[in-house]
Formats: sequence, C-alpha cells, structure tokens
Amino acid sequence: MNKIFYRLVFVISCLMCNTILFAQDNKPDMADLMRSNGKIYVVVAVCLTILIGLFIYVFLLDRKIKKLENNRD
Amino acid sequence: MDIPRLFILNETIRNLYFHVCMWFGMMILFGTSFVYSIKYLRGFNLRNDIFAYNYAAVGSFFGILGYATGTIWANYTWVTDQSQSLGSILKEPKLIGAAIALLIYGAYFVLRGSFTDMDKKARISAVYNIFAFAMLFPSIWIIPRLVGSLHPGAPGSESGNPALNFKDIDSRLRMVFYPAVIGWTLLGVWITTLKIRVQLLKDKTLINE
Repeated sequence: MNKIFYRLVFVISCLMCNTILFAQDNKPDMADLMRSNGKIYVVVAVCLTILIGLFIYVFLLDRKIKKLENNRD
Repeated sequence: MDIPRLFILNETIRNLYFHVCMWFGMMILFGTSFVYSIKYLRGFNLRNDIFAYNYAAVGSFFGILGYATGTIWANYTWVTDQSQSLGSILKEPKLIGAAIALLIYGAYFVLRGSFTDMDKKARISAVYNIFAFAMLFPSIWIIPRLVGSLHPGAPGSESGNPALNFKDIDSRLRMVFYPAVIGWTLLGVWITTLKIRVQLLKDKTLINE
C-alpha cells in the first residue's frame, strides 16, 4: 500500500515537473494587451497621454481666462 | 501609412510622431524663450519678459509630456531584452540628463516666483533662462551621446531604431515626421500665444506705464 502510494506520488510529481518544463518552453509574456498586435497599444497609450495632458493644460488656461473675464465685468 | 518593420519596436515606431515631436517642440519653444530673454536684456521691455516666461512654461510642459511618453515607450521596448532590466533603465544617461534639464527649468519658475520686485524678477530670470538653455545642450544632447545609452541615436544602441539618426531615418517615416514636428510645434506656439495674451491683458496697466 505504502509502496504504491509513493510510486503514485512519484509519477504525479514527474508529470507536474513535465508541465512546469512545458510552461517554461513558451516563455512568460507579461502585459499581454500592451504587447499584442505589434505593441500598437503602446502607441495608443502615448497618444492618449499627450492628448489628456494637453486637454488638462488648455482647460486650466480656459479657467484662467474665465477668471479674467469675470474680473473685467 | 506603411512603416518599416523592426524587431522589438514593432508598431511602436509610430511613437516617433508623438514622443520625438514633443522634444523637438520643446527645443524650439525653449529656443524662442532664450531669444526673448536676450531681447529683454537688450531693451528691458517687460513685454519680452512675459514672452520668454510663457514660452519656457509651455516648453517645460512639452518636456514633461515627452518624458511621460518616453517612460511608456521604454517600458515596452527596453525591458523586453534579456540583459536590460529596470536597473539598467534607471542608470540611463538620457533619462537622467532630461530630468536634470527639466529640473533646471523648474528652478527657473521657482526663481521667478521668489521675487516681488517686477524688474529684478525679469532681469535675473532672463539671465537664468540663458544659463538654463545653455545647460540643455550638454544634459540632453552631448552627454548621452558620449557615454552611450539605450536611447537611439547614441553609440552602443544597436536596436535598429532610425529615430534620431538622420542618416538612416526611413523616408516613409520622414514623410509624416517632419509635418508632425511642425504641427506639434505650432500647437505649442498657439497655446503660448493664448497664455501671453492673457498675461498681457492682466498686466496692461503695468506695461503702459
């Protein structure tokens, strides 16, 4: 009984080692979305960063102008 | 629009139209600011000081945008290679140089803010602005090229990126890149003129004295 149990554990651990080795074969690729489709989403992220940044800047400028307009009245 | 097919970079070479244009725009805006600072020191006209200040402000903003987009781009192209970890990116001379250049311009705004006297503020900040523009060249153009970096355009980087190497930038990229530089710069100049007009309206009473 004991012998069979140990053999079973051995076989299972061998199998698990195999799956681990298999997993190492196709190497881990993190941040899958950003690296998919030839990393095109990096371009999207860069583009959005610039657009959002510019919008915030222009919005702050708009608020400044509004304040100036209110002071003149 | 077709682009050259490159390893590692893949489609991210399109960032050339955004990230690189930010730095080009920044250089042009800082250059304009530098010219207005010299003009201020020649005639002590406060109008020129306002021009210099606003060009420097929008230039720094473009610099910050360039830095932010650079971090995103580097995160997905520089870390990929086995030998390049986050540690090697933190040692990157181009990043440190750009950070120093932006901090020097940050000090320009601190300096301006710390004066209460209008003329003194304008005069000292104009002199400092000339120094800051002079510091821009060693910190972002010369030193990264001397010591070698991951950033394209430096010796030692053989990632095949044609971005800043004008000898082998692809003609297909060039067709979009140059108009993009002009476009982003004009956008920066437009925002600057808006800021200048607001400032001039505010200071109308002071300047007409």
